[in-house]
Order: sequence, then C-alpha cells, then structure tokens
Amino acid sequence: MGDFGHTIGLAHYLTVGAILFATGVFGIFLNRKNVIVILMSIELLLLAVNINLVAFSVELGDLVGQVFTLFILTVAAAEASIGLAILVVFFRARGSIAVKDISGLKG
Amino acid sequence: MAMAEVPNLIPAMPEIFLALAAMTLLMLGVFQKAETADGVLRASRLTSNLGVLSLVLALALVFTVSGGTLVSFGGLFISDPFASYVKVLILVASGFTLVLAQGWLERQGAHRFEYAVLVLLATVGMMMMVSAFNLMSLYIGLELQSLSLYVLAAFLRDDVRSTESALKYFVLGALASGLMLYGMSLVYGFSGTTDFAVIRTAIAGEASIGLLVGLVFVTAGLAFKVSAVPFHMWTPDVYEGAPTPVTAFFAVAPKIAALALFMRVMMGPFGDLAAQWQQVIMTMAVLSMAVGSFGAIAQSNIKRMMAYSSIGHVGYSLIGLAVADVSGITGVLVYLTIYVFMNVGAFACIMAMRRGGRAVEHIFELGGVAKTHPGMAAALAVMMFSMAGIPPLAGFFGKLYIFLAAIEAGYYIIAVIGVLASVVSAYYYLRIIKVMYFDEPGVDPLDSPLPVTITVVLAVTSAVIVLFFAFPSPVIRAAEAAAQSLF
Repeated sequence: MGDFGHTIGLAHYLTVGAILFATGVFGIFLNRKNVIVILMSIELLLLAVNINLVAFSVELGDLVGQVFTLFILTVAAAEASIGLAILVVFFRARGSIAVKDISGLKG
Repeated sequence: MAMAEVPNLIPAMPEIFLALAAMTLLMLGVFQKAETADGVLRASRLTSNLGVLSLVLALALVFTVSGGTLVSFGGLFISDPFASYVKVLILVASGFTLVLAQGWLERQGAHRFEYAVLVLLATVGMMMMVSAFNLMSLYIGLELQSLSLYVLAAFLRDDVRSTESALKYFVLGALASGLMLYGMSLVYGFSGTTDFAVIRTAIAGEASIGLLVGLVFVTAGLAFKVSAVPFHMWTPDVYEGAPTPVTAFFAVAPKIAALALFMRVMMGPFGDLAAQWQQVIMTMAVLSMAVGSFGAIAQSNIKRMMAYSSIGHVGYSLIGLAVADVSGITGVLVYLTIYVFMNVGAFACIMAMRRGGRAVEHIFELGGVAKTHPGMAAALAVMMFSMAGIPPLAGFFGKLYIFLAAIEAGYYIIAVIGVLASVVSAYYYLRIIKVMYFDEPGVDPLDSPLPVTITVVLAVTSAVIVLFFAFPSPVIRAAEAAAQSLF
C-alpha cells in the first residue's frame, strides 16, 4: 500500500483526473473558436489518464501503471506533432484555422 | 532480480519483419535522387513495389508462425489462430489497396514514396492490435495504426478536402483514444493489472462499479474506431474527403483490425461480463444497421455512400459479437473475409472513375457505364449485388452465417431487424446498378482503357465473390478454428 500522507488519498487524485478529463472533453465539444484549443484539450485528456494511472500505481504498489504512463507520454508527443503538422497543411490549403471554417465536408 | 531474458521473438516475426521493412523503405526513399520528376516517380514506384513484396513476405511469415497459441514478451503479445486469421485478412487488404493506390496517385500527380511506408507502418500497428494481450500493447498498436492513418488522410496536402478530413479524423480519433485510455486506467485501477488473462480472473464473478465504468469507456473508444453508431459521425466526412486509395484502405484494413480488437477485448478480459455488455453491443448493432441503410439513401457522392455502407456492415458484424459464442465470432470472421473482397472490388471501380483525366465521385457519373465499360460495370454490379446480400454471391453467405448464429442463440428480433435493414440497403446498392445499366451516358464517357492493376484486381475480387459458394469450406473451417481460440 502506498503512502498518500494524512489528508490526500486516492479519491482526491481520481477526482482531479476526472475533472481534467471532463474539461478536456468539454473543451473539444464546446469550443467554437480555434483548433489549437482542441489540441490542448486532447493533451488534457491524456494527462488526466496519466494522473489516474500514477495514483492507481502508487495505491496498488505496482509499477506497471507508471510504465504505462511513460508510454502514454511518448505517444502524446508524437500525436501532438502529427496534429500540428496536419493543422499546418490545413492552414496552407484553407487559409484559416477557425473551427467554423472546417465545414467543407457535409451531406 | 536476474538478468532480463531475451523474449521468444518467433511469434512476432511478421510484425518485426514488416517494421524493419518499413524503416528500410523509408531510408531507401529518402536516399533516392528526387531532384527531377523522373526521380520522384522512380522512388515512389520502387517503394510501392517493395512495399507490396514486404506485405507478401509478411503473409508468408504469418503462415509459418501460425498454428498453436504462443504468448511472448512477458504476456504482452499473443499469437493464436484468431490473430493469424485476422492478420492474413489485414495483409491481403493492405496489399490490394497498395497495389491500386500507386496507379491512382501517379495519375493524380501525387506519387510520393512515403505512401507505401505509411501503409506498412499502419499495417504493423494493426497486426499489433490483433495480437495484443495487454492493455499497454493494445494502446501502442492502436496508436501506431492511428497516427499513420491521420497522415495518410492528409496525403494530398494541397487539397482542402483531404486536409480537412485528416483534421477531423485526427481530432475525433484522438478523442476516442482518450476515452479508451481513461477506461483502461479505471480497469487497471480496479482490477490491479493490465494483462488480459489476469483481468479476466480478477473480475470473475462480480465486477465493481469502477470496473464497469471503465468497461463503458473502453467500449465507447472501440466503437469509435469501428465507426459504430452513435460514434460514427466522423466516417462520412473522412471517407469523402480522404484521397480515394486512402478511403479504400480505411474501409478495409483498419476496420477489420478494430473489429478484431473489439472481439478480443470483449471475449477475453471482459468475457465473463458478457451479460453486462451484450445489450449495449446489440443496441449499437441495430442503430448502425439503421443509420447505414437509411443514411446512404440520400447520398450522391459514391465515397460518402460507401461510408454509410461500411457503417451498416459494422452493424451486421456487431450482431455476431453480441451473440458472444463460437458461431457468432465465426460468422463475423467469415463476414469480414468477404467484406475485404467486396470493398476492394468496389473501390477499384471508384478509382477507375475518371473523366478527362480528373477523378469524379458522383453516382450519376456512372450513367451508361455498361455501354462504354461493360467489364467494369459487370464487376461493380457483382460487388453491389453481393453487398445487398443476393444469393449465390458471397455477401449472402456472410450475412447468412451471422443471422444463423443469432437465431441459434435465440436472438430472433435482432436477426429480423438485420434482414429488414439489408432489404432497405438493397435500395441504394441496386440504384448504382440501375444508373450503370439503364441511365443515359454523360456527354463524354469515363476514361478508358482501365489501368492494368485495376483490371487485375477487379478480376480477382469478382472471381472470389462469384465462386465463394462453390468452395466455402476452407474459409469457414479456418474461421471456426480462429473463433475457438478466443474461448
């Protein structure tokens, strides 16, 4: 069993994780302005997961959760770079990165 | 602690080979002289041909390592008949679409050597997904696949539609990965492990609320990846906007890999919770069939129509998963096998739709094709009849096995809904045939002659679809053995 000190326990960490995750999801769906904010929200989702995993890992006394976190951090870096690259080519082709301008395809 | 042992590499030979091949091709492409247009063409042809060759060799490796069940890399990786069966499908699908892609990209002037490298890397990711036996290896495989696919969707980088579809795919795909990861973190926390076999024993009997919430998030993420309703909204936009060879690739290989992963996760770690998830999967199956059939009716763009068609096909496959027994999984595997050939054939025809050197995508452009291109019209008609489920074509048998499994397990209502949905979908499949055979041709006919690769692929896929009823038993026996290994 890990030692979370006297006042802060697993539930607190999970609450922070859940709030961050909800912020990320709402950031993607309610954001009507800029795609960069969406990319930031995606990072927020992954960080919320990392907090969960590390908190569980310490609580369980099992290192696997922290190893998983390192993998997620690596993939998140790759994902962010690909997301920004796609955003750059979209901006070159469209001349804007406002969310309302991503509307060429519908049916 | 003792020195780390070298894991048994044999079960992962196809993946290791393909990953090395992809990196070699990348180096090869980079060091080609690409100052001239001729050099660019030569580099892209070289990597494309070698890419197809690598896929064929990887297929041979899959056959050599297949057979028994082997777990390696400390329980992260499994090679069993199920994984081998699906890997064969994935490699065949990737190979066919890569062969078709090179010609299309050349005609479009967008031939760059990166295409083959990205397809190979995506294929490695898909093979990792179906062989994953741990949440970590599942995630890495899934992301290797997804990241390569995001780039492929943006392959025509000067085209607004291509880049827009890539952006949409990226945002929604990353959201789906995030949902699934959050679920995985809960599953890890409440079961204490990421290993599939250990999760199964840890949650045997009664599952905690935290675990069920985790299961819901994982299911939502997987439903996103297979584009099941209500997580399908990205599919029509991405299929329409992405370059046609990329759409063809999206419609087959990643869909099969994601469905196989769905089956592995649901039947493996969460197999004992079947009573909890069966209803959810059934609801998704019914909704997918309904949206797939009714959504496609109003479409005028053939790629968009194929997107709704693929949503419908996912619905039929999910019936087999919801049944959750050997015959259900066998049905899904047979269905997916036939689905590969139907879709490759249909997309080969869509890639042949060019007028005055420009790619056209509207259904009315097919008007009168039966007079100008009788062979292509016949092949597309075979694919459409097969998708609509008309006997004796292969598509009928795919649906038959799934509905039979549902009826044997006592799920009569869902089988009836499935049959009704396929009647509705027959409308838009048959409409294509009507346009080809009975409408007047446009001002000028589609470009001819058809490129050789398209002709060959059409001949092969049509032969498979037409002759499947004569030789179904090898496929069905292999699918059955594969399904058995999941239980």
